[in-house]
Amino acid sequence: MNAGSIGNNPAFSPANKFAWLIKREFWEYRGAFLRTPIIIAGVMLALVTIALLIAEATAQRHGINVSGVHLDQLVNNMSAEQLEKFRNGLSVGLIGLCFPISVGLFFVLFSYGTGALYNDRADRSVLFWKSLPISDTQTVLAKVVTAMFVAPTLAVLGVIAMQLGFLILMTLWSALHGINPLPLWAPSYLIALWIKLVAMIPLNALWALPSLGWLLLVSSFVRSKPFLWALLVPVTAGMLVSMFKLTQELSLTSGWFWWNVVLRVLTSFIPGSWTWLDSNDLKAFAHDDPAAMANLLSFDAFGHLLASPNLWIGAALGAAMIAGAIYFRRQRTESYA
Amino acid sequence: MSAVVQARGLSKRYGANVALDNVNLDIEAGRIVGLVGPNGAGKTTALKAILGLAEFDGELSVLGLNPRTQRTELMQHVCFIADVAVLPRWMRVSEAVEFVGGVHPRFSREKCLAFLARTKIQPTQRVRELSKGMIVQLHLALVMAIDAKLLVLDEPTLGLDILYRKEFYQSLIGDYFDDEKTILVTTHQIEEVEHILTDLLFIRDGKIILNATMDDVGERFAEVMVNPDKAESARTLKPIYERQIFGKSIFLFDGVDRARLAELGELHKPSVADLFVATMKGTYA
Repeated sequence: MNAGSIGNNPAFSPANKFAWLIKREFWEYRGAFLRTPIIIAGVMLALVTIALLIAEATAQRHGINVSGVHLDQLVNNMSAEQLEKFRNGLSVGLIGLCFPISVGLFFVLFSYGTGALYNDRADRSVLFWKSLPISDTQTVLAKVVTAMFVAPTLAVLGVIAMQLGFLILMTLWSALHGINPLPLWAPSYLIALWIKLVAMIPLNALWALPSLGWLLLVSSFVRSKPFLWALLVPVTAGMLVSMFKLTQELSLTSGWFWWNVVLRVLTSFIPGSWTWLDSNDLKAFAHDDPAAMANLLSFDAFGHLLASPNLWIGAALGAAMIAGAIYFRRQRTESYA
Repeated sequence: MSAVVQARGLSKRYGANVALDNVNLDIEAGRIVGLVGPNGAGKTTALKAILGLAEFDGELSVLGLNPRTQRTELMQHVCFIADVAVLPRWMRVSEAVEFVGGVHPRFSREKCLAFLARTKIQPTQRVRELSKGMIVQLHLALVMAIDAKLLVLDEPTLGLDILYRKEFYQSLIGDYFDDEKTILVTTHQIEEVEHILTDLLFIRDGKIILNATMDDVGERFAEVMVNPDKAESARTLKPIYERQIFGKSIFLFDGVDRARLAELGELHKPSVADLFVATMKGTYA
């Protein structure tokens, strides 16, 4: 017999196989990956609309004065420097708008990671997947790529759509007040912002590897309750370290352990979480300085992250845990839930 | 052409439990083999080993491949239906057809759609919206559209009503099976498969205790209905099983000369179910 022969299916090509595996993941989690950002964006835009309407109603009654200057004049009389500050502020505002979708993505990916190699064992459909000529490595890697790139890309598209919606709302509002809305749409900062959002997808993916590896490892290993195991093992480890001061031998505080191990493993899925987890530098947040906040997501900051051992050590450990997940995927065909 | 399945000294333990005990086995191409045994006898363990889903000791080759190390390659030529309702419940019928078509080099989309057209299954339906019987129809349509060499069925019709069960085996024989293919099936509903089997394997406590073609079974085993006056002489021929019905005794003999048995009473070909009960007596005692 010739086991390696090409079959009689014209639709099949080995190169497309991986694409089908990714498509399969998307089909299964379409609701979580696609609807979550859409719903959050819709809610955010509704909130902005309501806020604008309330502001309108208030302004109609009282007129808004900022330091003795009416709002309309304020915007129309901005100098170039003020305009620059205004755009900085707007950038930060537009980034701030991302946050709810980022948090949504975190929950989606956390539940995706814990369920990815467990749910099909619980309902025994793993036996169907394993009846097809797909290796365990391909299966697990398709899930890795989905969590690293597919879901985050859809979230970024959701963010961009929401930002556009926000700008449209602001434009309408400006037009209503006879304010020139064009500065809102200056391509220089908008495109720079979107390039950064897209550039951050692979950065965030690398940064999230230890989290993803941990969740997939638990997901492929445990016989029941993957979510609890994924959460409780790091938290318990953190509590033991704190209680027995285990890190003192290494002249590290238990705070270091919580920050660099527990939170790193559990929350690295939040896009941009490296801005606070890696640098330990919360000054920008504390000072509420738009320029410093905008700087957090600058290309300098990206370069800084790429030079950080935290990123690469985490990624290496994540890759090792993914290898472990592939191993257990092979061993375990049934859960005993 | 070598054997489709070849096992030498196949063993498997779960702790102190021996699930497979030094099994030797050859299954040739073009056969329909029934693997029959009581619960816990090692049927599923044997199938899992053949499908590369479990570790084992000893030698095992399936289609000339090692199921543990060459699993992905093996699955191009082996299909299995593990039990009812293992298709992913979230999947749409159309997605299942597309997906298998995308990852399986030997799948024919046209064949699969033709099989599905004979059922009430709609492409837009999700698996969770289908009845148990329809899920098995879908699974069978997917599997029959794959040009595989070995089909493994583990209790494929469990929990289905008789219409679905009959249809399942009819499709299998009528539209799928040919002398290039091999089917290995386990089921507790032996009466329903015995007429399609070519070979019979009885397994008990991890050992193969009967390995025969159905023709051999017909020649080796005989059932005799004996009047009470001849019962004692029947017992001297060492029947393997005895039961009473309407005041007569029915004896099951293994390899006893037919001429001698004919003197005792009416000869019958035993059903596989009776043979099974006779061979397995005392299993749960």
